[in-house]
Amino acid sequence: MRGTNKVGIGVGFILIMVWCLLPVAWIISLSFKSQEAITAGSPGFLPTSGGSAGFQNYVDVLNDEQFRRAIFNSIGICLIATALSVILATLAAYAIARLEFKGKRFVLTTALAIAMFPVVSLVSPLFDMWRTLGIYDTWIGLIIPYMSFTLPLAIWTLSAFFREIPWEMEQAAQVDGATSWQAFRKVIVPLAAPGVFTAAILTFFFAWNDFVFGISLTSTEAARPIPAALSFFVGADPFNRPASLLAAGAVVSTIPIILIVLVFQRKIVAGLTSGAVKG
Amino acid sequence: MSTVTAPATKDGVNEKKAVPPDSDRMKAENRLGQRLVAPALALMLLVTAFPMLRSLYLSLFDYSLTAPDEREFVGLQNYITALSDSALWLTTLNTVFIMVVTVAFELVIGFAFALVMHRVVFARGLIRTSILIPYGIITVVSGFAWQFAFSNTNGFVNSWLPFLDSTFNWFGQYGSAIAAIMVSEIWKTTPFMSLLLLAGLAQVSEDMVEAAKVDGATWLQRMTKVVLPNMRAAIMVAVLFRALDAYRVFDNIFVMTNGAVGTRSVSFLTYQQVVEQFQFGIGSALSVLLFLSVLLIAFLIVKLFKVDLASARQEK
Repeated sequence: MRGTNKVGIGVGFILIMVWCLLPVAWIISLSFKSQEAITAGSPGFLPTSGGSAGFQNYVDVLNDEQFRRAIFNSIGICLIATALSVILATLAAYAIARLEFKGKRFVLTTALAIAMFPVVSLVSPLFDMWRTLGIYDTWIGLIIPYMSFTLPLAIWTLSAFFREIPWEMEQAAQVDGATSWQAFRKVIVPLAAPGVFTAAILTFFFAWNDFVFGISLTSTEAARPIPAALSFFVGADPFNRPASLLAAGAVVSTIPIILIVLVFQRKIVAGLTSGAVKG
Repeated sequence: MSTVTAPATKDGVNEKKAVPPDSDRMKAENRLGQRLVAPALALMLLVTAFPMLRSLYLSLFDYSLTAPDEREFVGLQNYITALSDSALWLTTLNTVFIMVVTVAFELVIGFAFALVMHRVVFARGLIRTSILIPYGIITVVSGFAWQFAFSNTNGFVNSWLPFLDSTFNWFGQYGSAIAAIMVSEIWKTTPFMSLLLLAGLAQVSEDMVEAAKVDGATWLQRMTKVVLPNMRAAIMVAVLFRALDAYRVFDNIFVMTNGAVGTRSVSFLTYQQVVEQFQFGIGSALSVLLFLSVLLIAFLIVKLFKVDLASARQEK
């Protein structure tokens, strides 16, 4: 009984690893196929011996002005949206977790409704509004929708987190002679920081992943983020998509996500699970 | 341990409800709370409620961006046009099909993954890092990876599946094209599902499972009679969120087939009307219908499965 159990878990472990990593390995492998081999057709998982391009695809992608600009846009827009969203969410989550006020239910219901909102149905009105306001195809034009769509997630995660903080510690520190600023900075901030951090990571993921706003609220490389740039990337021959170049671009755009996952793995899991289901 | 001295701790909140709500302290707290949530609430409504109302208004006009001056009030004509067009019904059917199939697969595979992650004693960091990679990867990238994998010129799937001819074109007909799209969807979102289910699994008391085991329950009985009923809330919330997310499917379709061979979803159809054809009147009507259909699905899931939304909102 124990033995079969262990074997089952071992097999499950391997299956999970294959599930998660095989497509990643595939896109990396594809990014090393040479463009000539792609045009001629090179089926199979690994590049053939004559069809490998080395790092040439990466060099080409990084030399592409539009792609570089898209990376810059994505990083800038996502960082700003994340910072602002987390600040607003922290204020709201503090109020929801610690204060009793009229309209709390309304805020929570609105947040829940927005988490389920069909993003595409906003494309036509926002397109129209943003053009009237003159923020179509600008960073701000993307930062605003990213903020409003990440706020629900951030508010949930943070309010769940703030509920668990032993706030009496603040009074305890004051009784021990700390000023209220010291009590806040030395006691509350270190306790709240991990939650704020989780919310920030999840917000960044969402903004980095967005595609609908990215393609519909931009028209030039002035603000076009990576997912949109990748989908519009056709290369020299529009009838033959440069698969290996695209794969190299895809790998580059995934590196920030992998780095974040590697460094903050524990926090992301805690944040995802505490925010959504808690009895 | 901690004697509650702070006036507004979790326990304090409930006690306070008994106090008449007109004390100065209550008023001040009420004001502060409202001020703190106001910016977030305003921003959320600015980008959703206000544009949605504008959509509702625009949907009553014959309005095309190619001829903006010829805007003309047509009443419900756009809705009649949209609802009598078979395109809307076909895309809706296709979207519901994608939603049902992907959520079913994600639930089963995600639960299996959650069981493994719950029991695994070695390499926990490795498995969690790996499971987060599909979750973090851009949907567009996932779409490209699978599109190229299924491609008959540069992919590997045809050569790995012995019953398929190497020239088989996955994107040539509806059945295989929609399967490829679903594979990309399921690959990317199953890890998310498994993390939600893992959290639910962690709440099932080990003692109860042990007790059932002592009483001679088989593995299957323990799962269906003890574990699953006890994580009902977690499962339902996960299904609700994933189903609504799946209903909005857009990115993978855009990247993998661009709506060819009947793979368009409702979101994709709406997007085409607005961005590619600049038909704002009918596009707005479709936006409103899309919004209403999401509400309807949310309502149906909540009612049918009796989802406990209070637990999703964490109200204790």
